[in-house]
Amino acid sequence: MSTTFGNIQAIAKRELTGFFASPVAYVFIVIFLLLCGAFTFLFGGFFERDQASLAAFFMWHPWFYLFLVPAVGMRLWSEERRQGTIELLLTMPITSSQAILGKFFASWAFLLLALALTFPVWITVNYLGSPDNGVIICTYLGSALMAGAYLSIACMTSAMTRNQVVAFIVSVVICLVLVLGGVPRVKEFFDAINLPWLGSLAAGMSVMTHFDAFQRGVIDFRDLVFFGSLIGLALFTTGVILRSHRTG
Amino acid sequence: MIRVENLTKLFGTKRAVDGISFSVERGEVLGFLGPNGAGKSTTMRMITGFIPPTDGKVKVGGFDMVENPIPAKRLIGYLPENAPAYTDMTVSGFLGFAAEIRGLRGEAKKKAIHRAVEMCFLENVLHQSVETLSKGYRHRTCFAQSIIHDPDVLVLDEPTDGLDPNQKHEVRGLIKRMGEKKAIIFSTHILEEVDAACSRAIIIDRGKIVANGTPQELRKKSEWAGAVTLRVKGVAGAAVSSKLYQVPLVNRVTVVEEKDGRVTVSVFPKPSEAGANGEFARAVGEAAHGWHIEQLQIEEGRLDEVFRSITMPDTAQEVKK
Ligand SMILES: Nc1ncnc2c1ncn2[C@@H]1O[C@H](COP(=O)(O)OP(=O)(O)OP(=O)(O)O)[C@@H](O)[C@H]1O
Ligand SMILES: [Mg+2]
Repeated sequence: MSTTFGNIQAIAKRELTGFFASPVAYVFIVIFLLLCGAFTFLFGGFFERDQASLAAFFMWHPWFYLFLVPAVGMRLWSEERRQGTIELLLTMPITSSQAILGKFFASWAFLLLALALTFPVWITVNYLGSPDNGVIICTYLGSALMAGAYLSIACMTSAMTRNQVVAFIVSVVICLVLVLGGVPRVKEFFDAINLPWLGSLAAGMSVMTHFDAFQRGVIDFRDLVFFGSLIGLALFTTGVILRSHRTG
Repeated sequence: MIRVENLTKLFGTKRAVDGISFSVERGEVLGFLGPNGAGKSTTMRMITGFIPPTDGKVKVGGFDMVENPIPAKRLIGYLPENAPAYTDMTVSGFLGFAAEIRGLRGEAKKKAIHRAVEMCFLENVLHQSVETLSKGYRHRTCFAQSIIHDPDVLVLDEPTDGLDPNQKHEVRGLIKRMGEKKAIIFSTHILEEVDAACSRAIIIDRGKIVANGTPQELRKKSEWAGAVTLRVKGVAGAAVSSKLYQVPLVNRVTVVEEKDGRVTVSVFPKPSEAGANGEFARAVGEAAHGWHIEQLQIEEGRLDEVFRSITMPDTAQEVKK
């Protein structure tokens, strides 16, 4: 068990070192923070709402993540395959699950760091008024889980190809489908064509629906299970894809 | 230490490796030869557990690579073809990662890195990014990674590729020295390395083993093994060869060069006589009695010629004619 943990840790450490060695990591954080700031205060109507909450901040997260998370995840496996280092990695005395988890946790930790750096928004809203901090913490948790879910999908698509751009586009498309299922328009559409059950199914499968619950300050066991199983399924599929490449 | 049984790999319908069996014990260095696309790298990838075999078994230190990969992989150090390395790390960061993945931490890790760096002469580039390394240094970095945990089994796919002559020499010496205590397989296209480092060599062609033996044994397969090269002065080439053809043991005589009144000929024994080359050389010497002999030399056999005649039988015939 301790070697399992040690292996995951070694992989994750390598991933983070490599990530911070290039400017990509810093560029990513800056872009994420700029987007958050701009959308919250300029387009989210933070001041116009005239209420002490971070709804104007969190409402954009499903959309930011749509592009930013695949940008972080696209290189995870495609780069290993392009450079041939996957041959080193998978001939070392580790299981492929340990490698997948190590990479996933490293990138997730990075996303959480970027998310944590948005704390000035929280301070601002507490300075201006007295928001419900329980709801805010809950929504941060939801946002973190959502980032993890997107990341697991990017991880999966990056195992499919050695081309990062293809991995990026495919994962944006998959994530987009997962977001749109929860948009009211989609539900209206399915109601109109007399297939309301399909609309409910799409909504049930959507990250939007489950993120909404967190935004209302509710931590529902079913939402946790949803994100957990989405991540589990995508990472499991990553393993299957990696194995199928090696079988040739 | 390494036991390979009936190893087979199909890519689609193509048989990249076709029923290969061999074993390597501790203290042996096995040279892996074969033309491009013969299946050397594919075999090594199966031995190291990177790709699963279509059929057959690989056992390393008694552990089956498919059923029990982790303990088997622990015993192996592997240098893949083209020496991949993480370009977004420094050399020392990369070696640190390799050490950690092998379970080395703290002082043990430091020592392991130090040892590998010394053996591969990497002191100068220790803090350089792998991305900016020259090809040879990158190769050495990946080589250092493979020996960082002092493994019992080393699998090296073209370890001297891209190295300068001094480094090639160093690496051959290193392989030979390490081979005293480890089981080593390495592939190469440089036949001198077989003599310099191997205790045994295997030639594979189109996925099959076509020759397996010590370098001396392989050399004996050469038409040159036991042949005699003779240089005489003051006799015409035609006269020399017609006289030599009368020697019963002689199979063939080729005039290599005729210049300045000197003739150089190569005299090949009949296949059955190849072993008894002392006798053959004496017979040639007796036939040459009375000529002014400048040189009479017994050939040992040439690996490159063995390699060519085994892996390209048709073209080798052409060359002879
Ligand atoms: N992933 C793959 N998919 C399909 N064919 C492959 C794959 N890998 C190797 N091959 C084929 O298998 C054969 C053996 O290749 P391999 O790389 O083992 O040759 P090699 O002996 O190492 O050659 P070289 O001396 O050029 O390195 C080649 O015909 C190659 O095209
Ligand atoms: Mg090869």
